[in-house]
Amino acid sequence: MEAVVFVFSLLDCCALIFLSVYFIITLSDLECDYINARSCCSKLNKWIIPELIGHTVVTLLMLVSLHWFIFLLNLPVATWNIYRFIMVPSGNMGVFDPTEIHNRGQLKSHMKEAMIKLGFHLLCFFMYLYSMILALIND
Amino acid sequence: MSAPAGSPPRAAGARSQPKLGGAAASGAAAGPGPAPPPQNGPAQNQMPVPSAYELYSQSYSIPSGHHFQGPGKMTSLPLDGQCGDYYSGFYTASTQNAVTPKTTHQPPGAEQVYGRLLPAPHSAGSTPECFQGAASPASHLYVSASQPSSSFVNHYSGPAMYSASSSAVSQGFPSTCGHYAVSTVSNAVYPSVSYPSLPAGEPYGQQMFTSQNASTVRPVRDNSFSSQNTALSRPSPLPPPPPQQYHQQHSLSGYSIPSWSASGPPSAQDNLIRNHAGSLPPANNNPTNTVADSLSCPVTQNVQPPKSSPVVSTAVSAASSARLPPTANHLVEPVASVTQPSELLQQKDMLSSSASSPAPDPAPEPDPSPAPVPTAPQPSKVAKPFGYGYPTLQPGYQNAAAPLHSGGQPSPGYSGFQQYAQQYPGMNQLSSSLGGLSLQSAAQPESLRPVNLTQERNILPVTPVLAPVPNLNLELKKLNCSPDSFRCTLTNIPQTQALLTKAKLPLGLLLHPFRDLTQLPVITSNTIVRCRSCRTYINPFVSFIDQRRWKCNLCYRVNDVPEEFMYNPLTRSYGEPHKRPEVQNSTVEFIASSDYMLRPPQPAVYLFVLDVSHNAVEAGYLTILCQSLLENLDKLPGDSRTRIGFVTFDSTIHFYNLQDGLSQPQMLIVSDIDDVFLPTPDSLLVNLHESKELIKDLLNALPNMFTNTRETHSALGPALQAAFKLMSPTGGRVSVFQTQLPSLGAGLLQSREDPNQRSSTKVVQHLGPATDFYKKLALDCSGQQTAVDLFLLSSQYSDLSSLACMSKYSAGCIYYYPSFHSTHNPSQAEKLQNELKRYLTRKIGFEAVMRIRCTKGLSMHTFHGNFFVRSTDLLSLANINPDAGFAVQLSIEESLADTSLVCFQTALLYTSSKGERRIRVHTLCLPVVSSLADVYAGVDVQAAICLLANMAVDRSISTSLSDARDALVNAVVDSLSAYSSTVSNIQHSVLIAPSSLKLFPLYVLALLKQKAFRTGTSTRLDDRVYAMCQIKCQPLVHLMKMIHPNLYRIDRLMDEGAIHVNDRVVPQPPIQKLSAEKLTREGAFLMDCGCVFYIWVGKSCDNTFIEDVLGYPNFASIPQKMTHLPELDTLSSERTISFITWLRDSRPLSPVLYVVKDESPAKTEFFQHLIEDRTEAAFSYYEFLLHIQQQICK
Repeated sequence: MEAVVFVFSLLDCCALIFLSVYFIITLSDLECDYINARSCCSKLNKWIIPELIGHTVVTLLMLVSLHWFIFLLNLPVATWNIYRFIMVPSGNMGVFDPTEIHNRGQLKSHMKEAMIKLGFHLLCFFMYLYSMILALIND
Repeated sequence: MSAPAGSPPRAAGARSQPKLGGAAASGAAAGPGPAPPPQNGPAQNQMPVPSAYELYSQSYSIPSGHHFQGPGKMTSLPLDGQCGDYYSGFYTASTQNAVTPKTTHQPPGAEQVYGRLLPAPHSAGSTPECFQGAASPASHLYVSASQPSSSFVNHYSGPAMYSASSSAVSQGFPSTCGHYAVSTVSNAVYPSVSYPSLPAGEPYGQQMFTSQNASTVRPVRDNSFSSQNTALSRPSPLPPPPPQQYHQQHSLSGYSIPSWSASGPPSAQDNLIRNHAGSLPPANNNPTNTVADSLSCPVTQNVQPPKSSPVVSTAVSAASSARLPPTANHLVEPVASVTQPSELLQQKDMLSSSASSPAPDPAPEPDPSPAPVPTAPQPSKVAKPFGYGYPTLQPGYQNAAAPLHSGGQPSPGYSGFQQYAQQYPGMNQLSSSLGGLSLQSAAQPESLRPVNLTQERNILPVTPVLAPVPNLNLELKKLNCSPDSFRCTLTNIPQTQALLTKAKLPLGLLLHPFRDLTQLPVITSNTIVRCRSCRTYINPFVSFIDQRRWKCNLCYRVNDVPEEFMYNPLTRSYGEPHKRPEVQNSTVEFIASSDYMLRPPQPAVYLFVLDVSHNAVEAGYLTILCQSLLENLDKLPGDSRTRIGFVTFDSTIHFYNLQDGLSQPQMLIVSDIDDVFLPTPDSLLVNLHESKELIKDLLNALPNMFTNTRETHSALGPALQAAFKLMSPTGGRVSVFQTQLPSLGAGLLQSREDPNQRSSTKVVQHLGPATDFYKKLALDCSGQQTAVDLFLLSSQYSDLSSLACMSKYSAGCIYYYPSFHSTHNPSQAEKLQNELKRYLTRKIGFEAVMRIRCTKGLSMHTFHGNFFVRSTDLLSLANINPDAGFAVQLSIEESLADTSLVCFQTALLYTSSKGERRIRVHTLCLPVVSSLADVYAGVDVQAAICLLANMAVDRSISTSLSDARDALVNAVVDSLSAYSSTVSNIQHSVLIAPSSLKLFPLYVLALLKQKAFRTGTSTRLDDRVYAMCQIKCQPLVHLMKMIHPNLYRIDRLMDEGAIHVNDRVVPQPPIQKLSAEKLTREGAFLMDCGCVFYIWVGKSCDNTFIEDVLGYPNFASIPQKMTHLPELDTLSSERTISFITWLRDSRPLSPVLYVVKDESPAKTEFFQHLIEDRTEAAFSYYEFLLHIQQQICK
């Protein structure tokens, strides 16, 4: 049973890693002026909710399966994702707003955030991998 | 040019300007005799040029040959005549666009204000030196000049001979002739010269003159020119010109001395300029213009001679006699002098009408005293030597700064000027005569003078605050961009981010890129020279490494000078890339080639989307709109392709088929507002000219079509979607008129305002948009090059914060008329009428993009204004209008220690209403400093306050209003405490500010009391949001009036210190501080708040004033609502009205005038603007200072 939980988490984590990489690539495209802000933001905004769900599901799964340490590790990031999503002003077009992304260094902070998430997910990936192997061996 | 040859002379010139005279004297000594030092200036300056000629004589011979090929080729000379005809040629060209349709050329004016300060002395000083004696009879000079023409012919044919003997010399000479010729051409026809082809001028010449004319003309000029030579060389220039033969000889002999002659022609040319300027009849403005021109754009200097010589050419053409030159010219003289003034008048009209600045025409006073000041302009010329680079600039800059510190001169900008003024007493007179416009004396040392804010009672200067002038050397100062178009909050850029953080001052730019300019060099060229790596346009601040290469001043890449650029159409000479207009003007406009188009230039397309619900009909705006449209239909900017369309909406959407051929307009109603479609996509936007009758019919019918409507809903969202569909194939301008909250279909809004919260001191909510519908729509529109302009005429809350998004991101503009009603509120109705007129007829640019570049090491991080930021430094502007201002925040990413200057360049690429692709380029150059004191010395407090206001708007929308207010107060506290702790060593118990920042606390207090940011005073949400929109998109000049109104006492207007605009005397009363203590019951005061004027009449105001100006017998009989001043036949009425008209001119928002009686209920509005006084909710100025002091001491 535990093995199944970790296999699922591992797959989910892989998806999140890919998503982070996609965010980074798209944002750096914008930075280098390969795409315009409008298309960049609409591309990224599409993936905000999948990312949010993907991460929340794993976090909850850890809570349900009583893996306290992993749950607590995931909790801040999950909270941040939800907070960010909720706090979007009503007039904005999503977390990434094409009219504001070039202002006040927003682009840089988005980039930084994506990088941190990538690191975090990589860490989680190895943690799940280790836990999964441990669980398989225990089985 | 001397640079390639080895730069010693140049260096010397650049560094020691004052000494120049001496140095030059030795040069001139080779010539006939010792001349007063100033005179020698030009010779020296120009030295490099001729030397270059020598150097390049080989390559040169081709062009010169061209000139000299004899009669056959002479046909090209007409140009010459034409150019000579600068006034008539150029100015008529500008007035009658018919001649050169391309020109959107405006008359000289505002632009020049800047230059004028200096130029005036130029003319004044130079006059005496040359032919001053002969000056009063203007013709005299010409006579002397023209007579030789016959002999000139010899001369002309002579060149061959000359060249035989010494090729270098002769070539030098012809080239100068060519110089005149071309310069005129390009100027006369400035806008449409095409450089690439050498004989380009020909067509133009033929346009105006016959070739015969031309050839006669040409010699004249040439000769006058050579005679000038002699003039220069003769020791005492004052005696009337000697017989021309003598001249001739002289010039000849001059030529025989190679070294002299080499430098001769140019200097002579210089002299010629002066001569002409001086010789003109004193009363007319000619000197002004010439001078102003010459200063405002150095290029025109070359043009001067032609300008004045036009006299001759006009004359010739007028007389149309191709007789023997000498006689013809004789006849001509009088004619010329007659013609010129009239032209001048014309020109002056244009000039003054456009003169928005308070600067008086400095030129009108023909300085009778022969002040020997000509040096003033020269140093700059000296500094401009060909290959100057950054390293050499620095010393120059230091040099310029040094004297300032030693002597207590006025503002840094005019330091150089002042410097000379001291040397030459004549200058002082002049500067004093320049009076009002010259500098409220805030000088370099002055700008750092510590001011004890709490002690200083009258902190506000009585004259308008002028922009500080960057502390550059004179030459660069002259070339630099006008502060009206381009301003930086710090005119001394700190070297590092650390230094900037220490200074605690905002760093940013304020732009007004599409300002109505009165003089703008327009360049047509096959290749627009740009840096290969950063794409910067070539500008006056690049350095030429040698003839063939230039170094970009933004990224420091070394670029090749293209072959085409080597040819200078102004001088018609080869190998003078540094004399090209691009390099002589910091504001230029290029006609772009097809490389700059993604699609063929779009036609002008205008769509009007009109609310016709019950509410709208009740308000009655339709009548006013249709009336203005009917009046201005022919003045809509555009060409034969212009298209126009109308959409009206209530709960349904109505389209109008105006296809040519219909007997009357056809109305098509679409009631499916959930899925809007276009009933007949092809015939809704119709050609303005083909369907004019139908359009007029429609406009006449519209106001009455919906009079009985009972429809109260408004489906704005769907109507906008329809408009977008209609516009997307072409792009253009959509003008939306809305009178209420949109209540149907997509984009419907709910009322969010709680009237009880209007005067809350805590939280102001709903400053941001309620939905992203309008933002998305705006971005879609922006993508299709469509701008949406919003006219909101509502009496109730209409959620402007949401609606404004449609204009904000599509680069439109927003007009708001609270409680609009055509009959109940006539002042608003009149305001709408005036603003519509301006709106419909002002210049417009379509499918525009603006890119702002800055020197490597600086970076832009936030933009303010109405546009969409498409990529890091590219602003997408579907439309650009002359009233749009922008702001940019900057940060310093890398240390600027290795450079002494930084540059900023905005390039605005747009399609003109005539379907031309154009690029307007502004370049600003600023010095870099390493000490904190210098940073404080260079603060442009107005620019800083405008940037802060923009930032505060962002802050209040993204976080909260109170946050923004705190940030504003902190900005003052931080900067003043940083100043007192680092720079001044005065004890901390007093509140000290450098003089440059002394108005900072006052302005911040004004901002806190501004509608946008005030709390505690009842402010409607829409009013507040509108004020924020205004802050974001108004250019600096207008914004400052909104923030800090000007108060004048007008019951005792005097002509003292008055300026002359458009033949009217405009009195200049002193500005009073905004406090009730300045109001006396015996007086009447005018407050200029930018978009509103108040005239406050005191209770015991002098009855004669009330009678003479207001037209009522006494105070009691003045009506409560008075919005007009009658035109009475009294002196004081005339003065008041001319003053108000002058203030009103050139405002994008036509101000409404309210006459406020003391004791009338309307006076609260007036008293709200007295920002130095205490209100229930806010500090007085003194309390605010104490508050700041407290904060600093904490």
